[in-house]
Amino acid sequence: MTNALHTLSVRQLAQGLRDKSFSALELAEHFLARIKAHDGDINALITRTDAQALADAQRADDALARGQAGPLTGIPLVHKDIFLTEGVRTSCASRMLDNFVAPFDATVVAKLKQAGVVSLGKANMDEFAMGSSNETSYYGPSRNPWDTQRIAGGSSGGSAAAVAAGFAPLATGTDTGGSVRQPAALTGLTGLKPTYGRCSRWGIVAFASSLDQAGGFARSAEDLALMLTAMAGFDPKDSTSAQQDVPDYSAALNQPLAGLKLGRPREFFADGLDAATGAAVEAAIEEYRKLGAEIVDISLPNSALSVPAYYVVAPAEASSNLARFDGVRYGHRADSPADLKDLYSRSRGEGFGREVQRRIMIGAYVLSHGYYDAYYLQAQKVRQLIAADFERAFTEVDLIIGPTTPAPAYKLGEKNNDPVTMYLDDIYTVSANLAGLPALSAPCGMVEGLPVGMQLMGPQFAEGRLLAAAHAYQQVTDWHLQRAEVAQ
Amino acid sequence: MSLDADQVRRVAELARLAVDDAELPLYAQELSSILDMVDQLQSADTKGVEPMAHPLNMVQRLRADEVSERPDRDAYQALAPQAEGGHYLVPRVIE
Repeated sequence: MTNALHTLSVRQLAQGLRDKSFSALELAEHFLARIKAHDGDINALITRTDAQALADAQRADDALARGQAGPLTGIPLVHKDIFLTEGVRTSCASRMLDNFVAPFDATVVAKLKQAGVVSLGKANMDEFAMGSSNETSYYGPSRNPWDTQRIAGGSSGGSAAAVAAGFAPLATGTDTGGSVRQPAALTGLTGLKPTYGRCSRWGIVAFASSLDQAGGFARSAEDLALMLTAMAGFDPKDSTSAQQDVPDYSAALNQPLAGLKLGRPREFFADGLDAATGAAVEAAIEEYRKLGAEIVDISLPNSALSVPAYYVVAPAEASSNLARFDGVRYGHRADSPADLKDLYSRSRGEGFGREVQRRIMIGAYVLSHGYYDAYYLQAQKVRQLIAADFERAFTEVDLIIGPTTPAPAYKLGEKNNDPVTMYLDDIYTVSANLAGLPALSAPCGMVEGLPVGMQLMGPQFAEGRLLAAAHAYQQVTDWHLQRAEVAQ
Repeated sequence: MSLDADQVRRVAELARLAVDDAELPLYAQELSSILDMVDQLQSADTKGVEPMAHPLNMVQRLRADEVSERPDRDAYQALAPQAEGGHYLVPRVIE
């Protein structure tokens, strides 16, 4: 039994803890041992927190013994290294924050702690969440557990790799332009980006504040529902946090699909989509038809403009947010600065990697005098058009279905030379962020031994319906049960 | 839209990023290709469209103007590369 703990669902693990089949301490030790044995190949974690994990597990066992356990008590998890974790290094995968020990917990971290989870460590990611392949990490890329020569996706690549490798049943992530959904698709996981404002941004290192949202990875929609219920909710410390009650997402999982109208945007099945990936998504659509959903052909006419709009808005906000890294208050500081300007410039030049510097420069440029109207203001108007496309679509359909990525995971180094080639791969994911909508990726097939995902998108605050639709699919298919060899 | 090395030097200076002269041409090429891609935005007809300010079309919430917590100065300054006597240290600014 204990040899296969990493193959159990969160619900099964919670049941096992209650039945005393194993303790939270044994569970934590099992996963820590797996990380120790295999993370040399995967590089999913930047920082391991074994001692804290064992202390958390002991507390969970005490709560279990007192009969005060919740559904996540004693469940191990890893946090993307963008979430501040009190007393633990929070690097954001940057040299800039290599020495930064967070002085407080992010709200999402605190809420999950409150729910009794056991944090095993901090997951690798693209530097400051800027990247789609985890290759911009100061600590080297995470590798895909399905093929370690390939990317795990990004920016939350370490979180995805950790769950796919069986290092933890759950992981947090953040999604600014697809950073949860894309790695979930490429590693065979279920990953959710909630509605903008659904989860607090307090204590998440800011990238693009009007797009950033916390989300999570799990093996199934059922496990993810447990996690979201614990993570979500209003936070007075985040001024854009939504004042909306959090439903019990687990209780909403079994809504019947009959009569559900599922929109199939024709722009998401046009040129640029790998044929085998498209076929897997079409097969999933067919499955939904069998489950009683009505498939409706729809159009999102401004889809092609989502990547250009995103790569103006996101870098603009990033250039402003990352101005806080000045070499004065925390983070990297250059040696023997000549004057204040030299201190700022060299601390930032040394502390930030190339992709981060590119985005800061693009952001500074599109916000600069003479270019603001043509780039930034125009992008914010196009963003309105993209949001209006979805608003129109959701008067006709309940949810939208399409691919998450244009193709399965590519080889490490394959798209490093030209940033634009990599940006264009974000075509199916960035529009949900621009419009603030919830979206989920779930595994729907294998292409040459690599997982591919389908994306479900919904109107604002439709997380429950998204999870229920993914859950219904996972009751009649077994793509989400496939495991990489390392996770057997 | 394309940028040359001098323009990149200027943007880098505005963004307070020390970039080696040797790296300017490659940055110029990469930034130009990004600007070429985002130039597609110019093709959109946005006449009369309000720029989006907030994805949920919400108004910024304001809190009451009351002290709700006090920062722990010592804990935060412990993170600073150089701090002394409650101050952050920087190179001399005023001669």
